[in-house]
Amino acid sequence: MSGPKEIYSITVDNLVKRFGSFTAVDNVSFKVKEGEIFGLLGPNGAGKTTTISILSTILNLTSGSASINGLDVMKSKDAVRKQIGIVFQDPSLDDDLTGRQNLDLHARLYGVKGSIKKEKIDSVLKLVELQDKADINVKNYSGGMKRRLEIARGFIHNPKVLFLDEPTIGLDPQTRRKIWDYISHLNKEEKITIILTTHYMEEADALCDRIAIIDHGKIIKLDTSERLKDSLGGDIIRIGTSRQKELLALLKRSKFILSAKNYESSIEVTARNGSEAIPKIIDIAKKAGIVVDYTTLKRPTLEDVFISLTGKDIRDEGASDVDQLKRSSMMYRGRR
Amino acid sequence: MASTLETIYTLWLREITKFLKSRARILGTGGQPLIWLAIVGVGFGSAFALAGGISYITFMAPGIIGMTILFSSVFAGVNVIWDRQFGFLKEILVAPVSRAAIVLGKIAGSATVSVISGLIIFIVVVIFGVIPFSSLTVLGVAATILMMVLVSTVFISLGLIIASYINNIEGFQVIINFLILPLFFLSGALFPLTDAPLWMKALSDIDPLRYAVDGMRGALIGVHSFPLYLDFGIVLAIAVALILIADLAFRNIQGK
Repeated sequence: MSGPKEIYSITVDNLVKRFGSFTAVDNVSFKVKEGEIFGLLGPNGAGKTTTISILSTILNLTSGSASINGLDVMKSKDAVRKQIGIVFQDPSLDDDLTGRQNLDLHARLYGVKGSIKKEKIDSVLKLVELQDKADINVKNYSGGMKRRLEIARGFIHNPKVLFLDEPTIGLDPQTRRKIWDYISHLNKEEKITIILTTHYMEEADALCDRIAIIDHGKIIKLDTSERLKDSLGGDIIRIGTSRQKELLALLKRSKFILSAKNYESSIEVTARNGSEAIPKIIDIAKKAGIVVDYTTLKRPTLEDVFISLTGKDIRDEGASDVDQLKRSSMMYRGRR
Repeated sequence: MASTLETIYTLWLREITKFLKSRARILGTGGQPLIWLAIVGVGFGSAFALAGGISYITFMAPGIIGMTILFSSVFAGVNVIWDRQFGFLKEILVAPVSRAAIVLGKIAGSATVSVISGLIIFIVVVIFGVIPFSSLTVLGVAATILMMVLVSTVFISLGLIIASYINNIEGFQVIINFLILPLFFLSGALFPLTDAPLWMKALSDIDPLRYAVDGMRGALIGVHSFPLYLDFGIVLAIAVALILIADLAFRNIQGK
């Protein structure tokens, strides 16, 4: 906004991706600033993963352009690949290798060698707290451990930009918070620009500096979480009092109140900043000799924003197809 | 960024690590060919007599080495499909390494595994005297190992090409089963093709395994129908051609 010229890590211009007649990404444009955590929030099938796959060079775009640190994702694939780390939505570990072997393989592919390699592997294992489990086969890891290992792997080669595609999908709340901590750590301490996709509102809210709400391949709105919520018309305050009509009339005249309504047992008003509005309301009531019994404050959630923008709830999802396949193939392998 | 050689080595290392971890796979690769040799070799051996005073089972032994390589090599393609379905392929595709290095690394790793399987069978048949130790020469054994490398490269590349276009295990197995039996039976691994009808000879002429088996048979027991330089030359040429095609096919693989 203000200050020196912004540096952009990711620039996406009129990006389109079609699969046959289906348009997965429909003319999407956005820029991600260096050092920020940028979220793509939307339901399944909204085009988030497709966008990430194009930005990470493993899928070709149909039209438009995209670049990472000024490098075109179609023309300079290898140069882009060197700059990025990625955690895919579906697990991409070799289950037959140990955690350490997976990290070692990754380090080698990215040209991280010798003592630096060993140091780096030890330090990422420590960060995600997997030192004790580093030498057992990944097939014996829990879902959360696999995810942590993948995040560790994603930044072994010191990427400038890290892509996280649904980083906490299918994980329990405790593990999810841990992973949020790692992500914040990478962003703040290691200064990595992060772009993540999620369909969890609270995840986008907790982590992202800016959020693009995406549905049917289009960005509907892009802003900070705060301002997205403000766009709904402020906080909702409920006031309980025995003299509702009198207080309502007073409040309707106040400038900081955006709207006011009378309900059977309480008044509901909206204000831009609810926590500052409440003392003012109590003050007004006091001056008129009205006793306020209680007040409640509700901030609109991103969920509310999403519903108001798309007219629908964000859909939750179960295990993906690949996970199911994996399970059945493990049974198949076990039988042989 | 890893150099091409480092990438090849990294992917080779992965295959070897996985192979050494799987005892079942090591036993399995050796088991099936030996059953063929024991049952078909002994069974048919009692019914046929071959010209030139060589026992049937001795004639068949190089063919069984070829079979071992064929079976273990084409299934390198299965691993690519597993990697794709388990997501690991994306980890490799997103790495800043040349696609050709990925293909070569995969071939190098799988070929090593195939050649080890072939060598196990070779050692077993020599121990049991199926191929008499006295008939072996250093040059012959070296040529046989070279042929194992070449022919495994042929069938691994073939598997990779098919796996680039087919992305489910079932589809891959249908195609492989459709290819593998004709490749095997028309190779002359089990019976000499000298008196075979013309159509069968024509088909066997385009079977790479035929030249591989003929070359190994010539190198190990001195029986062959083509000049050895032709056997080696043809298999080498097919190997090079298929590596190039596999490289092209692999470039088209995309993550979703």
